[in-house]
Amino acid sequence: MSSPEQWTHPEPDAAPAATAAKPTAEQVIAGLRATDEGGADLVQLLTPEGERVQHPDFDIDITAEELRGLYRDMVLIRRVDREANALQRKGQLGIWVPLLGQEAAQIGAGRAMRQTDMAFPSYREHGIAWTRGINPTELLGIFRGTDQGTWDPVEKRFHPYTIVIGNQVLNAAGYAMGQKFDGKVGDDEGEATMCFFGDGATSQGDVHEGFVWAAVYDAPLVFFCQNNQWAISEPTERQSRLPLYQRARGYGFPGIRVDGNDVLATLAVTKWALDECRHGNGPILIEAFTYRMDAHTTSDDPTRYRLSDELEMWKLKDPIERVKVYLVRQQWADSAFFESVEADADELGEELREFCTNMPDPPAERIFSNVYAEGNPNLDAQRDEFLDYVSGFAGGEH
Amino acid sequence: MAAPTMDRSTAAAPATPVQTLTISKALNMGLRAAMEANPKVIMMGEDIGKLGGVFRITDGLQKDFGEQRVLDTPLAESGIIGTAVGLAIRGYRPVCEIQFDGFIFPGFDQIVSQVAKLHYRTQGKIKMPIVIRVPFGGGIGAVEHHSESPESYFAHTAGLKVVSCSNPADAYWMIQQAIDCDDPVLFFEPKRRYYEKGEVDTTATPGPLFESRVLRQGTDATLVAYGPMVRTSLDAANAAAEDGTSLEVIDLRTLSPLDLAPVYESVRRTGRLVVVSEAPSESSIASEIAAKVQQECFYSLQAPVLRVTGFDTPYPPSKLEEEFLPDLDRVLHAVDRSLAW
Repeated sequence: MSSPEQWTHPEPDAAPAATAAKPTAEQVIAGLRATDEGGADLVQLLTPEGERVQHPDFDIDITAEELRGLYRDMVLIRRVDREANALQRKGQLGIWVPLLGQEAAQIGAGRAMRQTDMAFPSYREHGIAWTRGINPTELLGIFRGTDQGTWDPVEKRFHPYTIVIGNQVLNAAGYAMGQKFDGKVGDDEGEATMCFFGDGATSQGDVHEGFVWAAVYDAPLVFFCQNNQWAISEPTERQSRLPLYQRARGYGFPGIRVDGNDVLATLAVTKWALDECRHGNGPILIEAFTYRMDAHTTSDDPTRYRLSDELEMWKLKDPIERVKVYLVRQQWADSAFFESVEADADELGEELREFCTNMPDPPAERIFSNVYAEGNPNLDAQRDEFLDYVSGFAGGEH
Repeated sequence: MAAPTMDRSTAAAPATPVQTLTISKALNMGLRAAMEANPKVIMMGEDIGKLGGVFRITDGLQKDFGEQRVLDTPLAESGIIGTAVGLAIRGYRPVCEIQFDGFIFPGFDQIVSQVAKLHYRTQGKIKMPIVIRVPFGGGIGAVEHHSESPESYFAHTAGLKVVSCSNPADAYWMIQQAIDCDDPVLFFEPKRRYYEKGEVDTTATPGPLFESRVLRQGTDATLVAYGPMVRTSLDAANAAAEDGTSLEVIDLRTLSPLDLAPVYESVRRTGRLVVVSEAPSESSIASEIAAKVQQECFYSLQAPVLRVTGFDTPYPPSKLEEEFLPDLDRVLHAVDRSLAW
């Protein structure tokens, strides 16, 4: 681990100088800096250069086939992300929320889950959705404005995208409490829940309350925080003066920082955490140290608040390249494999474009449908009045 | 998930079917009956277990149903509502107690953003059978935040249903019907009337939950009220009768959806309407009733619809609440103005 001094910004007039007794605020939070390493506690099993390294607490036995599968997942979901981003630029989507750079964090976490586990996403979890068997086409309607997510959350065990920051953390805590009340926790067949949120969300009261609730009810819940260093324009030091994983200690459960650009480490740590939870040793916080390579959304302009140097440095830590290097070095994959993955990505991209451009607008009745499970006669009357009004235009030019 | 049907014929049938109960006891018995009828019904709230709630509405329930069905929760309202959402997805039917009206706002985000919208967002794939019990209204000499009437916020939010009981029989049945409902229900309890008594027939067949009810028939003017103001309105009608004025009194019971058919029918006969509520008047339930009645009963009205409400201020220090809260005299004053129009 480098010394904190190395991470201090060269702004001599902007901040009070450090003394031996009192470090600068920037030194205190040094472990958080987006431009730097994750620190000594970072769990890593595959370096950015594709070197397999050992960790004293976490390891994973992975076969060639499994690693090829993870590689394929990451390539495909990156293609989905780039295609959707392009579809927004072409006016086919109102907005897109890029996951670029977070493929390993999401594929590693998602592939650690069992079918019987439950997941509560935020709104950038396209990679998690992929691992839950949700066709990426089902994500498009949310951003095109034709629906608000069409998958069956119960069948897929993947909650709808939650857009209000942090709300889903409490919902996940409640679900995990239910798993415990149902007697589904305590052995290797147990169930667990995963909850996904970002570094910005850690400032929300709901996330704090979620930590408290899951802790006091011993809920089988893995809090999976993707620290992508930026909450739109605000760096992580606007959310915390402590590395985020260290917060868990204050709530009474373990916190682990994993290299979120290392799919092997993320998979290993998340599997361990889920197993702890299903055996009744939850909750656990995982901070996946990663980087949002693209904008917050297609409406955002990151050049206003961060330096391109930072981006260039994180490009060297690309989550996909290191796996490719390792696969080649191990002779676990040949060029035919990589070509087939590219072909699959091309096909998936084509499917997305085709699907998106042909998505019909929902009918006007959709405004009123399913507001209530048991109906509301006043709303029915309002709907009928509106539809009657609309029908007055039928066939007419206007 | 299909909600198990509640078998009312066997649910906690007491020795004598007709008893005189307080609203507080009737709610307690209603909750007990719901818990006995369906093992998925759970209670969540602050101090509701060992203590039985600060108003004792959940008295004895934790002792009989255990800590896993009657949860003394951490002291966090967003946590209560937010985890109830997750439990509901898991198949439970949570009944959340908010200790006092003014403490619901930390949970407001979860109520409006998740509880109200998940059914719509998923187009029916997720149901939210959550009841949020709120002791509301003033008149108990309390400190700030303990006397508020926040019902309009929730009636304004699509996806929620909002009801208020005014007497022990309704308290007993409406709480069970709310728990049976697959939609989220905000259940407003008139805290200053908790210890008023009335007859409850636990073998009766209750009417529908989302219906208003004419409690007293009259011919000269119509009073509409809900929750704690129903008693005030009935008292006003009694007083008016002594002066020869016949007032019809309607208990709204449901604030969302509003059931105004009995109100329209009444106003078409009396031509005059006074709406009584503790909540501030602007953009309120009372305002909505006034708007709808003028739309539906325009040619029947002999006078403008009048509102007797709390003022458009924060709830005042309690030494001033007698002036703040609508009382019999203010109701009758409004009736006089309506009749003299």
